[in-house]
Amino acid sequence: MVRYFKKIMHFLLLFSRQGRLRLQKWFTPTPEREKKKIIRDMTAMVLARKPKTCNFLHWMDLKVVYKRYASLFFCLAIDDQENELLALEILHRYVELLDKYFGNVCELDIIFNFEKAYFILDEFLIGGEVQETSKQTVARCIEASDMLQEVKHTHTLAHMLIL
Amino acid sequence: MALKIVKGSIDRMFDKNLQDLVRGIRNHKEDEAKYISTCIDEIKQELKQDNIAVKANAVCKLTYLQMLGYDVSWAAFNIVEVMSSSKFTYKRIGYLAASQCFHESTDVIMLTTNQIRKDLSSPNQYDTGVALTGLSCFVTPDLARDLANDIMTLMSHTKPYIRKKAVLIMYKVFLKYPESLRPAFPRLKEKLEDPDPGVQSAAVNVICELARRNPKNYLSLAPLFFKLMTSSTNNWVLIKIIKLFGALTPLEPRLCHSTSQMSFLFFLSPWLSPSSLSTSNSTSAMSLLYECVNTVIAVRVFVVVVKYLGLLAMSKILKTHPKSVQSHKDLILQCLDDKDESIRLRALDLLYGMVSKKNLMEIVKKLMLHVDKAEGTTYRDELLTKIIDICSQSNYQYITNFEWYISILVELTRLEGTRHGHLIASQMLDVAIRVKAIREFAVAQMATLLDNAHLLTGNTQRNGICEVLYAAAWICGEFSEHLENPMQTLEAMLRPKVATLPGHIQAVYVQNAAKLFATVLRSQEGNTDRTAAQETSQLMIDRLPLFVQSANLEVQERASCILQLVKYIQKLQQKDVEVAEEVNALFAGELNPVAPKAQKKVPVPEGLDLDAWINEPPSESESEDEKPRTMFTREETKHSRPRHTEVDEKELAKRREVRKQEQASNPFYIKSSPSSQKEAPGVDHIPVVQIDLSVPLKVPGLPMSDQYVKLEEERRQKDRADKKKKEKKKRKEKGGRRGKRDSGPESEEDITPAHMVDIVTEEMPPTAICRSVSLVPPLNSPPCVPSTCQKSSKHKKKKQKKEKEEKDKKKKKKHHHHRHHSDGAGEESVQNGTVEEEEEPLPTISDAPTCSLASPPPFRQVCDIQGNLQDGSQVVVSLIFENKCDSFLKAMEFNVLDSLNSRLQRPDGAGPHDGLTVPFQLPPGVSNEARFVFTVKSIVMPQKLKGTLAFIVKNEDSSTHEKLDFKLHFTCTSYLITTPCYSDAFAKLLESGDLKASSVKLEGVVMPFPHLLARICFHHHFSVVERIDSCASMYSRSIQGHHVCLLVKTADQTVSIDAKCDEPSLLSNVLDEIKLTFSQC
Repeated sequence: MVRYFKKIMHFLLLFSRQGRLRLQKWFTPTPEREKKKIIRDMTAMVLARKPKTCNFLHWMDLKVVYKRYASLFFCLAIDDQENELLALEILHRYVELLDKYFGNVCELDIIFNFEKAYFILDEFLIGGEVQETSKQTVARCIEASDMLQEVKHTHTLAHMLIL
Repeated sequence: MALKIVKGSIDRMFDKNLQDLVRGIRNHKEDEAKYISTCIDEIKQELKQDNIAVKANAVCKLTYLQMLGYDVSWAAFNIVEVMSSSKFTYKRIGYLAASQCFHESTDVIMLTTNQIRKDLSSPNQYDTGVALTGLSCFVTPDLARDLANDIMTLMSHTKPYIRKKAVLIMYKVFLKYPESLRPAFPRLKEKLEDPDPGVQSAAVNVICELARRNPKNYLSLAPLFFKLMTSSTNNWVLIKIIKLFGALTPLEPRLCHSTSQMSFLFFLSPWLSPSSLSTSNSTSAMSLLYECVNTVIAVRVFVVVVKYLGLLAMSKILKTHPKSVQSHKDLILQCLDDKDESIRLRALDLLYGMVSKKNLMEIVKKLMLHVDKAEGTTYRDELLTKIIDICSQSNYQYITNFEWYISILVELTRLEGTRHGHLIASQMLDVAIRVKAIREFAVAQMATLLDNAHLLTGNTQRNGICEVLYAAAWICGEFSEHLENPMQTLEAMLRPKVATLPGHIQAVYVQNAAKLFATVLRSQEGNTDRTAAQETSQLMIDRLPLFVQSANLEVQERASCILQLVKYIQKLQQKDVEVAEEVNALFAGELNPVAPKAQKKVPVPEGLDLDAWINEPPSESESEDEKPRTMFTREETKHSRPRHTEVDEKELAKRREVRKQEQASNPFYIKSSPSSQKEAPGVDHIPVVQIDLSVPLKVPGLPMSDQYVKLEEERRQKDRADKKKKEKKKRKEKGGRRGKRDSGPESEEDITPAHMVDIVTEEMPPTAICRSVSLVPPLNSPPCVPSTCQKSSKHKKKKQKKEKEEKDKKKKKKHHHHRHHSDGAGEESVQNGTVEEEEEPLPTISDAPTCSLASPPPFRQVCDIQGNLQDGSQVVVSLIFENKCDSFLKAMEFNVLDSLNSRLQRPDGAGPHDGLTVPFQLPPGVSNEARFVFTVKSIVMPQKLKGTLAFIVKNEDSSTHEKLDFKLHFTCTSYLITTPCYSDAFAKLLESGDLKASSVKLEGVVMPFPHLLARICFHHHFSVVERIDSCASMYSRSIQGHHVCLLVKTADQTVSIDAKCDEPSLLSNVLDEIKLTFSQC
């Protein structure tokens, strides 16, 4: 049922060279048990790849596009009929967004600010489709939401102080 | 209630936040599960509290644990609670948790319907956005049904941000609740022309996906999409549109033209100008191109030109990437059916390059089918030559079964009117001669051919195929021992009809008839019945005169020669002489294939000068005896010994050059990876420009970082060399203190042993530290350095460079600007300077589990505290951070443990224990200044604040989290501000009697009086009011307006200071500090 529907992306995983998961995003609701299995398979498969091999794998009826950025593997599962190069571009765009937000992003940024990484992803992709292709727009949205968060927070503190 | 909230917020201070949790997990590598189970217990407690902030914090932590694979489904209800918070901060966390943890079977989802509806209609666009994002992850059919209307309304929201999201979510809704599609579609269509490009592209996305599932319903949108396609410049959108057209074209042939034209334009551009691809080699452009190729090929474009050029392009790709084209074999084979001959020919060209051992038979079989169907001799001839080329390429490399090949050749002879009979013939000869095992089969086939020769010779005009008979006759004659029924073949060869064949074939017929005759004789003489042999001779004698009459001299000659021979044999036979052996001897010996270059192998006999002319050079250099060999030009004997190819160096170099050029001009050739650049010596000599990395222009991918490392290494070496020079000098002065240690990270980097010897780490005698030397020297020395080293480095750490700067705005206006430097020693000593900064000894940091592998980088902080006159309780601390290590430092977080008296001013919204992010990053060797504002309640007492600086050390592919502890020393003098005062005002102040007096005596001060005053002025922010001989009155004011008056007198190395101030404790502290300043000099 899940696989029947066409969509660009099925899930996105970020994991370290040691196979530690750093971020997971599922664009199709998937049972926990299956998620775990997929994660295990993915990490094993991608980590087993030798350097300088191509970035694409076939897995089940999906195409898996992965790319290593420093110590992190970005791994995106796309539909069989999708464009692999586009998927690579999506990964790269996400990394660019992270880079812009964190400034020279590194693994620890994503570990310690994992919720921010999710927020950025949510502004970029939604439901397995590209939502916004402009880096500036995404950055602006994130900034605005962050500001809103700060402002709200202040209100709370002020509220507390008054009480 | 109020109490509860306050209590909650106090509790919160002691809770772990997410960062603490992450750090904790990283610190408990061995017993992670245990640690997490305690954390989960804590979280459960936190979830029980009423305070939403605490709950949100707990949910945030749970989301992290969920990612690590822990089951958090039990907290689903709490997540819903946090989602329904009215505050965006918490709502955001709640929705994030929900989108990560919820799935269709989560039962609490039904509780969220109303909350989500409320959020969707929230006046705040980000509330709505967060709800939509969350919904995209956990939408269920029920939710889709209930919320479809709300989302549809949002598609016309005023904010493009919401419209865009709503459009994309709509697709999800359609999937879950297909009934919503019909009412929503008109609005979706409207969005294709939305003024905002983001919304537009979202709509394109959705419609494209819908259309791929059911293209028929979307044909009417084609013109709209076509307009978009021609106007849009966004590659992402273009890809989608091209994909959409790919789905639509099979239904509407008229679309083909436009689609293919468009795709083709994109597709072709790189081919038309090879340079354009190299400049626009971004992945997105490439993926667009790829999409175009896909579309062009997959859609079975009707437009011939596109197809043709597509194939042409593929043949270009084929040269470099044969594999990638091979997958399109079927498509290419389909192109053979095309009406257009040139397309078919193109496809044939492609096929030539695609064959392999595996698919050869299959491809040839398909081609054979096409041969049968093909109309027009040109194309058929082309097909035929291609089949032969394909099979025979690179010395029959791909043929696994020669019987099959022979039968293919025989089948090809059935082609009518081909001009390539000789080609087939030479193939037959070649194979039969060179593949011994196949001879029997070949001979049998050839015999049938000869038998059925009338079929081949049917149309004698321009009949090329009869050439085959040449090969057939020759093979049958030469290998006649394999013939099953030589007599029959002999008869076939001597049929009268043969006379109609071209002369050279008849000649071969005659010659080989003789060979056959010999074979037949031998078999017949073995029998007792002699008449059979005689009959055979008679047959020859009967038939050969036909050839003797031939107009062809060659045939005539051979025929008469053989006729006489047979006649002689017949005579012998009549005398009962056995002649078979002797006849056979005529044709004894086996013909072996000779490689075209075989002559070279023959050693030149001694005394033979091949270059000397024997006669005058004839006009035609071609000598007669070379001719027969041309027959076998294709032969590259398999029997000949393997020969090493002798290609001279020049030729090789030339070929290499050609190959390089080809690669360079080939857009698909991936240039050698950056790692290979390492070997290139040129890189080292490129001048290194320090890139400002705080501008994240590049994404740190591997190759980039490699390059960066290279540059970095070079820079470092330079640094090292400089340092070494300095140190050498120092060592000379100090007499032989030297360090031989290698610092940890460096030893890893230095590959050449020469460097190892050269490196002297920053060990310097303490006294040698000059002002510019780092506050914290070799932090990059490994944790395991010998103890002596630790001592020395510890000592150095205590060294500080102090810089005091008064930069109060008001003062600046008056150009009253002081700047002093002083060196201090020992962390405990109270400095005249206003700030003491102290780095904790290294080992303690290194002992921390997280940092055990990498030692923190050398780091220098220069501190300077200034009071703020405008606000009596504010002090500005300027810190200059300098990165002395080779790694990139980022995400620096400055935090100070607040005391009751002094507090670091944090931005609104930050918790009391949150650190402040230093607003910059430090590339190696760079320094930058950050300012922090502290609020001070009472300024009468000096105090020290403990703080930590956390930061991330980033190497090329790893990053570590490090921490440095330090102390900020707020002395009382740092609260003083140099304020000029006139003597009359000063006198008035002293007379007022509000001031308490105090005094201090300094012994053994040797400096001249003006220096002494200058020192007080600089270090303690005083200004001289009046000076008479060895007596001076000085004045200063604190940020809170306390007046401090000094009367400084000196006599015989003794300085007495009488002071008055309205705050006695401030005064005594200031005096203590002054005393300390002078005790140090």
